[in-house]
Amino acid sequence: MSALQDAYRDYRDELLSAGLLISMGVDGLYGRSGTFERIVEGINIAFSRVGDPDKPDVMRFPPGIGKWQLEQSGYLKSSPQLVGTIHSFAGDDRDHRAMLETLEKGGDWTAGQKTTQVALAPAACYGVYPAVAARGPMPASGALVDCYTYCFRHEPSIDPARMQMFRQREHVRLGTEEQALTFRKLWMERGQAVIKSLGLPFEVDVANDPFFGRTGRLLATSQREEALKFELLVPITSTESPTACVSFNYHRDLFGRGWGITTSTGDVAHTACVGFGVERITLALLKHHGLSVEHWPKQVRDVLGY
Amino acid sequence: MPWENIVSSSARDRVRALLKTTGWLQTDIDTLANDADLYAAGLTSHATVTLMLSLEEAFDVEFPDTLLRRRTFSSVDAIVEALTEIGVKTEAV
Repeated sequence: MSALQDAYRDYRDELLSAGLLISMGVDGLYGRSGTFERIVEGINIAFSRVGDPDKPDVMRFPPGIGKWQLEQSGYLKSSPQLVGTIHSFAGDDRDHRAMLETLEKGGDWTAGQKTTQVALAPAACYGVYPAVAARGPMPASGALVDCYTYCFRHEPSIDPARMQMFRQREHVRLGTEEQALTFRKLWMERGQAVIKSLGLPFEVDVANDPFFGRTGRLLATSQREEALKFELLVPITSTESPTACVSFNYHRDLFGRGWGITTSTGDVAHTACVGFGVERITLALLKHHGLSVEHWPKQVRDVLGY
Repeated sequence: MPWENIVSSSARDRVRALLKTTGWLQTDIDTLANDADLYAAGLTSHATVTLMLSLEEAFDVEFPDTLLRRRTFSSVDAIVEALTEIGVKTEAV
């Protein structure tokens, strides 16, 4: 385990020294350089090249979702340990003075903070389900949405590939069971083709989300037994513990029921999504092809639109 | 609690009573056989979690990790089998 921690630290320090990531003094929270962002943009270009012909509805949400959306999503039941909620000062002049005094003494100045109506998005697609539900029953063709945003998961780590704030580029399919499963199968092929074109080694395996506690163990084994989640794994700092860079998820009717999304025939919608972890793919590219993008293989640079 | 009225029933009856008092199934439990697939009857993953916690509370037991699997809760029979495995007396008392 400590060898793995060393490998994480070494790669993180290498990225910080090269100026590709910028330290913010918190594990898992980084600034990105222009070079890093250009690679991220390239991954989005590669994703769009494959996905745009499907003519998805493009929706861009901020990294915050409504607290009510978090509550209705079911995420608090399965993964409370990852949730981030936004708090803010909500006192009077006296409270303000007291807060500053506490701050000066090095105490916990956050004690008087109140929850706002905003939570942080745990995944890019969380804004999509309520938006599609609000439209009413879907047409027979269902819906296909392209989304992209910063996400937050509270899991501080020195592994540069386990950031607390990171971006997911997703396509979300909503429709019948068959439409959702066909979409996932198609993207499992496309996802592998994109990563292969970037010259990265990978494997695809059945996976589970990091659900919380004993009840989470039941959810995780169920998810695996039903093969609801597949991950495309790329070795970044370790070949034994490769990193999930793309995930292919079938939610059955979990979100359809939770949000009251219905098909043209009035049935509860099934949903599926594909998510590209753009920072993780960037980190994999930098690891495998080196920190100097100008020396990367021409074919890889072409795919990224350089 | 609904199960307090049925403590003298067999474990199977108590499991059925528990399933009847909730909205977890889309089909009335009375129309389902003991070996009927509860997932096919509408039991979702999240409802399975609530069912598991309710069973633990009703029978004062804790399912070990090895039983935290989908098939443990797949039918009334499967649930009773799991309860027996962890020491619940399954006959009427």
